[in-house]
Amino acid sequence: MPTCADPSVLEGLSWLMCYLTTGKHISLYISVGTVLLLLAITAPTALLFGFGGATAARSRIWPLSWFGRGYIAVVRGVPDIAFFLFFVIALDQAFEWLRHQVKCPDWDEPIRQGSDFIVCAEAKLPLSTSPQWVHETYGFFVAVLTFAIVFGAFAANVLYGAMRAVPHAQIETAEAYGLSPRQTFWRILVPQMWVYALPGLSNLWMVLIKATPLLFLLGIEDIVYWARELGAAKTPRFTDYPHGDWRMWYFLALLVFYLAFTRVSEVVLDRIMARLTRGQATLAGEAQRKAGA
Amino acid sequence: MKSLLLGTAVLTLSAATAFAASHSVVRLGTEGAYPPYNFLDDNGEVAGFERELGDELCARAEMTCEWVTNDWDSIIPNLVSGNYDAIIAGMSITPERDEVVDFTQNYTPPSPSAFAALSADADIEGGVVAAQTGTIQAAHIAESGATLLEFPSPDETIAAVMSGEADAVMADKDFLIPLVEENANMTFVGEDIPLGGGIGMAFRESDPEMRETFDAAIQSMKDDGTLNELIVKWLGADSPKF
Repeated sequence: MPTCADPSVLEGLSWLMCYLTTGKHISLYISVGTVLLLLAITAPTALLFGFGGATAARSRIWPLSWFGRGYIAVVRGVPDIAFFLFFVIALDQAFEWLRHQVKCPDWDEPIRQGSDFIVCAEAKLPLSTSPQWVHETYGFFVAVLTFAIVFGAFAANVLYGAMRAVPHAQIETAEAYGLSPRQTFWRILVPQMWVYALPGLSNLWMVLIKATPLLFLLGIEDIVYWARELGAAKTPRFTDYPHGDWRMWYFLALLVFYLAFTRVSEVVLDRIMARLTRGQATLAGEAQRKAGA
Repeated sequence: MKSLLLGTAVLTLSAATAFAASHSVVRLGTEGAYPPYNFLDDNGEVAGFERELGDELCARAEMTCEWVTNDWDSIIPNLVSGNYDAIIAGMSITPERDEVVDFTQNYTPPSPSAFAALSADADIEGGVVAAQTGTIQAAHIAESGATLLEFPSPDETIAAVMSGEADAVMADKDFLIPLVEENANMTFVGEDIPLGGGIGMAFRESDPEMRETFDAAIQSMKDDGTLNELIVKWLGADSPKF
C-alpha cells in the first residue's frame, strides 16, 4: 500500500489515487453535496414564493395584487448577475440594520460612513467572533433566500398562467354547487393547475440546476469554482501534484455530472406529469383514460 | 477606597475584554489564486507568502485570525460591507483604492510588473495583452496602445496566452517568475515596469484602530528583518527587499 507522503515517486494509478484524495479534492466532493442541498432546499422554497406571488397577483384586494405583480415584474426584469452581486449585500445589510436598531438603540455614529457600512459589533450577522462554519451556513441561507426570490418570481408567473389555464367552466360549476371562493380555489383550481404549470416549472428546475455556479458570487465555493481551481495548471513549487492545464478534464466531469442530473430530473418529472395528468380534462389525460379502458 | 480601586480594576478589565471580544477574531480576506502571494495548497488551505505573513502579524498583534477566500471582483465590496475585516491579497496600494479603503504601510516594496509571452518578439505595444480585471496591470494596459483582454482570475490570463488568445500576459513579476522558469515555452518580454506603491493590507476606513495595530506589527517585522526573510523565502532572492 503506497502512502501519499511523497507523491513525486508515485506513478500511474497510485499517483492518481493520492491525487484524487487530496484535501482540495475532498472539498470538491463536499461542494457537490452543497449544490445538491441547495437545490433540495431552494426548489420547494422558490415554489412557495411562486405560489404566494401568483396568489397575490390574482387577488381581488388591489394592494396585494399590485405587490404580486410588482414582485414578478421587477425580479424577472433585473439581470441575475446584478441581483446576485448587489441584492445579497443589500439583504445582508438590511438584516444587520434591523438587528442594529433593536440591539444598539444608543448608538450615535452614522451607519454609513463613506462607503463603509457600520453597525455595532453585537448586530453583525453572523457575529465576527463566530467560527467559520457559522459564516458559511449563514452565507448558504442567504444564497437559498436569494435563489428562492429570483426563481420564485419566474415560478409565480408560470403558476399565474397555469391558474388561468384551468377551464373556466370548472370554476363556474364549483360556484353553481355553492362552493365559497376559498373552497373553489383550494379544491378546484389548485389541484387542476399543476398539470398546466409543470412544463414551465420543469424548465425552471433545469435552469436552476445550471444556475448554481452563481453561488461563488455569494462566497460559496461550488463545484465549478473547485473544478476551475483544481484544473488550473500547477507548478511543482506550490503543490506536490504538479500538472498542466487540466481544466478540460474537470469541466468534462462537470458536464457528465450535469447531464446525468438533468436526465434523472427528466425521468422524475415525466413520472410526476403522468401522475398529475390522471383524470384531467386534457389531451394527455384523455389518452391515459383510453389506454386504461 | 479598596472597593473603589477594585471597582476601577473590574471596569478596566471588562473594557479590555469588551475590546478583545469585538476584535479577538480577525477575518482576513484573500483570493487564494495568486501564487506565491496566496494560493490554496493540496489540502485546500490558504498558503503562500501572505499566509505566513498574516499568521505572523496576527501572532504579534495577539489576535486570532481566520482566513476567508473571496473572488477578486467582489473583494473590496465585501470588505466595506463587513463580511471580513481585512484584505491581504497581493493588493497594490493605489490612490483609486485608497479612496474606498485604508491601507497599512506596504509589506512588499514597490515591485516590478512584467510581460510574459510564448515568444520573445510578442507585440506588447499594439497586440492583445491579458490581465486580471481590476488590477493595476489592467489599468496600465488600458492606457497603453495594446488591446486589453481581461479575466476574472490570474490562472485564466496565463491560459489565454497558452492558447494563443492573447499575445502576452501582464502581471506582478513575482507571480510570473515560477511560471516562466518551469515552462520552457514561456519567456519574459520587454522591460519590467514599476507599478503601484507596493502591497499593503486593506481595512475599512472606519476601522483605524485595527489598521494601526497591523501597521505596527508590519513595522516590527520590518525592523527585525523577519519580513525580508519571508520575501526571500517566497518571492525569491531577486525580489526587492526593505
